Amino acid sequence: MGDLTQSLVERVSDAMRGKRALNIVGGNSKTFYGQAARGEALEVASHRGILNYAPTELVATVRAGTPLSELEQVLAENQQRLPFEPPHFGESATVGGTVACNFSGPRRPYAGAVRDHVLGVRIINGKGEVLSFGGEVMKNVAGYDISRLMSGALGTLGVLLEVSFKVIPMAEHEITLYRSCTIDTAIDTMNQWAGRPYPISAAAFDGENLYMRFSGSHSAVEASRLKFGGETMDDGVAFWQRLKEHQHGFFQGEGPLWRLSLPPAAAPLKLAGKQLIDWGGAQRWYRGDAEASTIRRLTREAGGHAVLFRGGDRSLAFPPLDPVLLRLHEKLKQAMDPEGILNPGRLYAEL
Amino acid sequence: MSLYGDQEQTFSVNREGLLRELDKILPDDALLYEREDLTPYECDGLSAYRQLPMVVAIPSTIDQVQAIMRICYERDVPVVARGAGTGLSGGALPHHQGVLLSLARFKSILDIDTRNRTAVVQPGVRNLAITEAAARHRLYYAPDPSSQIACSIGGNVAENSGGVHCLKYGLTVHNILKLKMVTVEGELITIGSDALDSAGYDLLALMTGSEGMLGVIVEVTVKLLPTPERAQVILAAFDDVEKAGAAVGDIIAEGIIPAGLEMMDRLAIQAAEDFVHAGYPLDAEAILLCEVDGTNEEVSDHIAAVRNVLTRSGATEVRTARDEAERANFWQGRKAAFPAVGRISPDYYCMDGTIPRKHLPEVLRGISELSQEYGLRVANVFHAGDGNLHPLILYDANREGELEKTEAFGGKILELCVEVGGTITGEHGVGMEKINQMCVQFQSAELTQFHAVKHAFDEKGLLNPGKAVPTLHRCAEFGAMHVHHGKLPFPELERF
Repeated sequence: MGDLTQSLVERVSDAMRGKRALNIVGGNSKTFYGQAARGEALEVASHRGILNYAPTELVATVRAGTPLSELEQVLAENQQRLPFEPPHFGESATVGGTVACNFSGPRRPYAGAVRDHVLGVRIINGKGEVLSFGGEVMKNVAGYDISRLMSGALGTLGVLLEVSFKVIPMAEHEITLYRSCTIDTAIDTMNQWAGRPYPISAAAFDGENLYMRFSGSHSAVEASRLKFGGETMDDGVAFWQRLKEHQHGFFQGEGPLWRLSLPPAAAPLKLAGKQLIDWGGAQRWYRGDAEASTIRRLTREAGGHAVLFRGGDRSLAFPPLDPVLLRLHEKLKQAMDPEGILNPGRLYAEL
Repeated sequence: MSLYGDQEQTFSVNREGLLRELDKILPDDALLYEREDLTPYECDGLSAYRQLPMVVAIPSTIDQVQAIMRICYERDVPVVARGAGTGLSGGALPHHQGVLLSLARFKSILDIDTRNRTAVVQPGVRNLAITEAAARHRLYYAPDPSSQIACSIGGNVAENSGGVHCLKYGLTVHNILKLKMVTVEGELITIGSDALDSAGYDLLALMTGSEGMLGVIVEVTVKLLPTPERAQVILAAFDDVEKAGAAVGDIIAEGIIPAGLEMMDRLAIQAAEDFVHAGYPLDAEAILLCEVDGTNEEVSDHIAAVRNVLTRSGATEVRTARDEAERANFWQGRKAAFPAVGRISPDYYCMDGTIPRKHLPEVLRGISELSQEYGLRVANVFHAGDGNLHPLILYDANREGELEKTEAFGGKILELCVEVGGTITGEHGVGMEKINQMCVQFQSAELTQFHAVKHAFDEKGLLNPGKAVPTLHRCAEFGAMHVHHGKLPFPELERF
């Protein structure tokens, strides 16, 4: 436990001088994601510790190697939580890996993603410089928003050292209701309800049932129960936990797993196989035999994109970028990591 | 005197050649170049800074914007984009050698998608117009800067504008999905998507708040939220500003995130009360306005809880608005605070620092001491929930040297915010106004990184030059006048 900034800076500076690729490794729980990693391992998990947590300020600043479970436990002791309900995909998951992947759970469409709650970062750029952006305040428009840019960049723009998050109080009360319906009805219902002022905190469909979670004051949640109807789940907490960690039956078995990011009310995509709907329709998981090109085309036509999340040909994990956008990505990579040593090729071959 | 520093980039622009080219692609009424036509564009909401542009272009199609950008790129002409011109940091201050690109004619709401709860709008659409158009579907656009009746959504994106409901509903960056943007080379690209995320880097976040430095926004897709069933506001009076500040933390400790949590000090209360007669208690040192929203049941619970907290925190009076009219009245005073202060002083200068809330007492004390030191009055208006301070410095521009004194005072306030771990700007942007204070907030390595990011989008430095991120030379000059804690910032640079 401690501050490894100095030794990490030396490693990055050495690698830059020698033009050697570095593979940033936190808890090793998300190795499956993105294109294959290459380069020397840069271990960051020991760079850990909660540096500042002031519950009434709604801010927590932690070193990036801090286990996600440790941060969540400390927040829970103060009846607070990370708003984006991140999946861990393993006990060793770190805060840094979660930010680098921008992984958010079922609460995402209603509370926001990881990137929405990143207030500030301290990073090492590809030149071995320690830089701070953003801060520990809710509103900050001084300089470009490089903090949020780090979310989902898969470590290709900088080594995360510290992250400041906005945190929120836990809801006083929470229930999960479910009812059996078709996929079309499920998508309709989720989106109709999302347009009404009820305290929805999750909405999913697993092929059989529509599940809706309500979180808020006791009275508001109970009023929602009356209006929504359906059955109440006894083990709602466990259900959403299994869903977010991919332990739900849908995720069992081999074969590539696709993540389809879509406008929430998009009609079900006509793909042979199984689909599980989360995020109120905005995130759909697909397992089946459809060709990658078909999956990509249908999601694009529906206004979204498809990611090969787990398994399959990793070199095609992310959809190709429009040429002008790709050029901007390359220039941005060049601006942050001129020698291209940080997680090269993990997001796109060119980055 | 040019507001652009001596060390800033200069351009050599052939005015006649530029006009000839622009004239070929724009109708007559879309190109202004006579002095009297340029004057309305000489400043934005920060009227202390004025500069005439060389040309004003007012395109009405994306094709025209692309063509203008291609011409300017070809001829190395700087371009300053402008929305409604309500910005408070001089971000839309024209460049004397450049084109002022007005997006005022892009004012159509192109689509409202009730199923996906989004609206596609052109950048010149007013913030409030989106909510007005969505209202019949019981939806609204959440960010509500106090200028919302006039400010445009394109400008909101450029500044990452906030408002009084940020603590619960977030800033512009949390409430937009997709942008269409014209690059400096004149190419049209789409950033973000109709889904909640998109492949590659989060350029949507990078563009939001980039102050017109990276591209020209020509279309915005915003998220719409369901209108809460009910909103209710409480007004609490305190005989001590610090008690009011502490009460804010107490409300949050109760597990309640209010939709709005605003604070005003004595001078601001009096100015607002004289102006709009909101019924504010004139003997209070500070008032808090706390709004909660949600379902009927939730609002009732939270109002009761907040009343208890405020009483426990030492409020001398706690009033709940009895009806919608009284709620509107309570807010009216807060929303009119700036013009109200404008009535009691020939001029006022609005600051925008943000601090960790726990430092509120010491920052208030610091502001009050500075106020005495400079001999200028300050009215304080805060977005207390998120620590965003708007001290209004009262001055008279007609008095010799008073503007300069005011700027120096404002700069000190911002430096105080940085000292306690805050920032020089919460929602108004750096623009031209706070360019020197950026040297206090950031080290040279970070500023260099910002310039590298800018370079990735705009190699020639044509988009809004001289704003938002200071050159290291500017910082060295500023630093030389401004030794902090006995230590010279930017020691690696030569001094001039």
